[in-house]
Amino acid sequence: MNRYPLWKNLLIVGVILVSLVLAWPNLYSQDPSIELTGARGVTVTDASRAEIQAVLETAGVPLKNIALRDGDKLLARFANASEQLRGQEAIEQALSTRYRTALTLAADVPRWMTAIGLKPMNLGLDLRGGIHVVIDVDLEAALEQALERNLADMRTQLRDKKIRYLTLAREGEQVVATFNDAETRDAGVKVLTRNAPDLVVMTSASGERFLAQLSLSPTEQRQIKNFALEQNITTLRNRVNALGIAEPSIARQGERRIVVQLPGAQDPGRLKEILGATATLEYRLVDTEGSVAAAVEGKVPVGSKLYYERDGRPILLKRRVIVTGDQITDAAAGFDNQSGTPTVFVNLDGQGARRMRDMTSENVGKPMAVVFIENRTTTSMVDGKPVKTTRKVEEVISVATIREPFGARFQTTGLDSSAEAHNTALLLRSGALAAPIQIVEERTIGPSLGQDNIDQGLFSVLIGLGLVVVFMGVYYRVFGMIANAVLLLNLVMIIAVLGALGATLTMPGIAGMVLTIGMAVDANVLIFERIREEIRIGNSPQASIAAGYEKALSSIIDANVTTLIAALMLFSFGTGPVKGFAVTLTIGLITSMFTAISCSRAAINALYGGKRLKTLPV
Amino acid sequence: MLAIRLPNLDFLSQRQRALRISAVIIGICLFSLAIFGLNRGLDFTGGTLLEISYQTPVDLAAVRKSLSDGGFNNVMVQQFGTPRDVLLRIPPVDASNDAQLSQRVMQALNAPNATPVELRRVEFVGPQVGKELVEQSGLAVLFSVIGILIYVALRFEWRFSVGAVVATIHDAIITLGVFSLLQIDFDLNVLAAVLTVIGYSLNDTIVLFDRVRENFRKVRKGTVLDIMNQSVNETMSRTIITAGTVFLVVVALYLFGGESLRGFSLALIIGVISGTYSTIYIASATAVMLGVSRADLLRTPKEALDDGRP
Repeated sequence: MNRYPLWKNLLIVGVILVSLVLAWPNLYSQDPSIELTGARGVTVTDASRAEIQAVLETAGVPLKNIALRDGDKLLARFANASEQLRGQEAIEQALSTRYRTALTLAADVPRWMTAIGLKPMNLGLDLRGGIHVVIDVDLEAALEQALERNLADMRTQLRDKKIRYLTLAREGEQVVATFNDAETRDAGVKVLTRNAPDLVVMTSASGERFLAQLSLSPTEQRQIKNFALEQNITTLRNRVNALGIAEPSIARQGERRIVVQLPGAQDPGRLKEILGATATLEYRLVDTEGSVAAAVEGKVPVGSKLYYERDGRPILLKRRVIVTGDQITDAAAGFDNQSGTPTVFVNLDGQGARRMRDMTSENVGKPMAVVFIENRTTTSMVDGKPVKTTRKVEEVISVATIREPFGARFQTTGLDSSAEAHNTALLLRSGALAAPIQIVEERTIGPSLGQDNIDQGLFSVLIGLGLVVVFMGVYYRVFGMIANAVLLLNLVMIIAVLGALGATLTMPGIAGMVLTIGMAVDANVLIFERIREEIRIGNSPQASIAAGYEKALSSIIDANVTTLIAALMLFSFGTGPVKGFAVTLTIGLITSMFTAISCSRAAINALYGGKRLKTLPV
Repeated sequence: MLAIRLPNLDFLSQRQRALRISAVIIGICLFSLAIFGLNRGLDFTGGTLLEISYQTPVDLAAVRKSLSDGGFNNVMVQQFGTPRDVLLRIPPVDASNDAQLSQRVMQALNAPNATPVELRRVEFVGPQVGKELVEQSGLAVLFSVIGILIYVALRFEWRFSVGAVVATIHDAIITLGVFSLLQIDFDLNVLAAVLTVIGYSLNDTIVLFDRVRENFRKVRKGTVLDIMNQSVNETMSRTIITAGTVFLVVVALYLFGGESLRGFSLALIIGVISGTYSTIYIASATAVMLGVSRADLLRTPKEALDDGRP
């Protein structure tokens, strides 16, 4: 008795082998590295490698190795995080115009292993350093903006049909129109809903005024909100990519949040500046006929709007926009050939280019203005509570005479500094945010703390494991050593599963592993205590093994299921660090059932099964 | 064979005294929770936290001075682990949504220093997020308790289920109570630990009840108390060994896991001690006091228990 059928043994050996292979890449070290990409116009070649090596040598920073990666990137590996940081400083000082640097962690895994898809576990930001930001998207503002856009259309529609209205304005989340009489109102509603059948209309009358309240249907509101969130994610992704950070992660969280994770990033200030910025450009014709002096006093000509230049001078521009920021397909910062001032080279999409060509050919010799628009959010304290106000800043950054018609490609000057040109180009390239955002959570971990966390985590795992292994070996002898072997196997399996699922190991995740060590031996303790009991009441060793396993099974399952319920709740309600803990705990519980029950039984069966025994080393 | 020699003790005869002791401890814990409350960490209050590291041991008064020179007057400054590491907390009112706050603090700290201060960690949690975390955590605790209750009620008899939950809540209150009495930071990690304690404590209780059920079916003689006692004694060596191994690893985690896991591992240490005690004294005592009887368990269909003999 106590023999496993061949298929069971083969299955167990198979699972163990697969786990070992999956966990293998984790044996290689993860080097703190710098990823180098060429700045605009610079391609990374073997010559760049020599150049960077030379810079690091002069600065006295030891380099582990440097190699080309993916054809257009260089990866410089260092022995530790502090050398990595010193290396980055040296490269930035000497070569910042030619290369962009990004801190990253690169596994020193052989090429063939990566080729067949084996990779080490992802390390969480708390273990490798980096920035974690949670962004809240103001979806109510997105709705209001959508209504504002509708409002302009509605005015034109009513005017085209010659329907006279008294007022037409947005009030909160609806548009309110007032008319002189019920017939006009009903005709107006008919016109307005013809193109937008989804509008929810409520009509009423108060005294002389006849009202129509128009609001968006719930479906449409949901669509607008969803679109705003998706659009913001795309924009943020473009912006983060432009910052040159290796392996960024931008993901939606729930209804209105976006989580941005940037491993290795160390400058939260610049990150937040770029993420939250809402700058865009608009091109308008200058109103050369209207009087600027009269406009400043309040008499702005119809079809024009008063703006101010950066130095405070007032200027009148036509209300009609030629081109807006969302028609810009590409933008690059540079310097003007003639004047040498900072400039942004702009590319337009087809529609924008057509409009620009039409307008410029009709208006040769007339001035055109570039308006820089930015939403600046400031927080002030009112009655002890923070109040957020968003102010739209519109400045005319340049006015130039149209010398000849132009279309898709042109340049804009008038920016303060090359840094502003750089940021504006970046923002124009990545597109505008569809709704205002606010950072509601930020966690930045420095690289040295990450390394400390890894060291301490690893050390406590080893100590805990060592103590348990010694205790089990002394107390349960051979059976204890089997329990120790399956315990190690359990750790290997947790690592293998984490890697295979692409899950991320965090500091609480390591804590979960440590705890699993303690709890995983419980199953074996239950079994071994049962076997001892069976022997004590006079059963044969073979019968005791079988009875021990069978009687302990229901306790083990009950005990694990209850902990599993707690772990699953932690997973579904927890965020960030707690989730990491729940993931390793859950995986550990499941793998421990396999290792502590099946694998230990297979080992015991192989050692003692079918033999005549007088005693058992338990 | 190495084995813990355990005398056969009459644990259940001590149930009145044990309940009284527990009632006093729980009373103290609840009192402290009501009066002092939990020292809620950044995760729940919102605000900004900075962990900084100096190259040489640093005097906290000097840190406070450079902060107040820089215009930061309500920053909480405390030692963190080694004498070179300092933790700064800034309440949410100031931190509201100022993206540059941490940079300005670093500038103020660096002002009087020749060697720059290393920024090891920044955490900013907006007030809204803090509120949501409190809500979600509450839900996590509630749902896991309900889920476990349902499972235990399905597997056992309701009196056992109540006994298990009483013992579990007992452990959770004691763990929270110690955090309240010592005013240790209560953050998300500690909350995860409390939930783990709930899972562990139940784990322990269920192993005991499993044995009680088995003995009720197997042993035909003896009173309810006798069988309860016998079950406690039979599972005692397992209870001690498992508690011992878990205790070993959480103490290792407490001592070597670093500052960020200290609260987490402390909660587990308290939980393991309290969980072991409550399994022996509280869980079974509650079931007995609720009047659990042999008939209650025999009514459920007997599971096919193979005695292992061929």
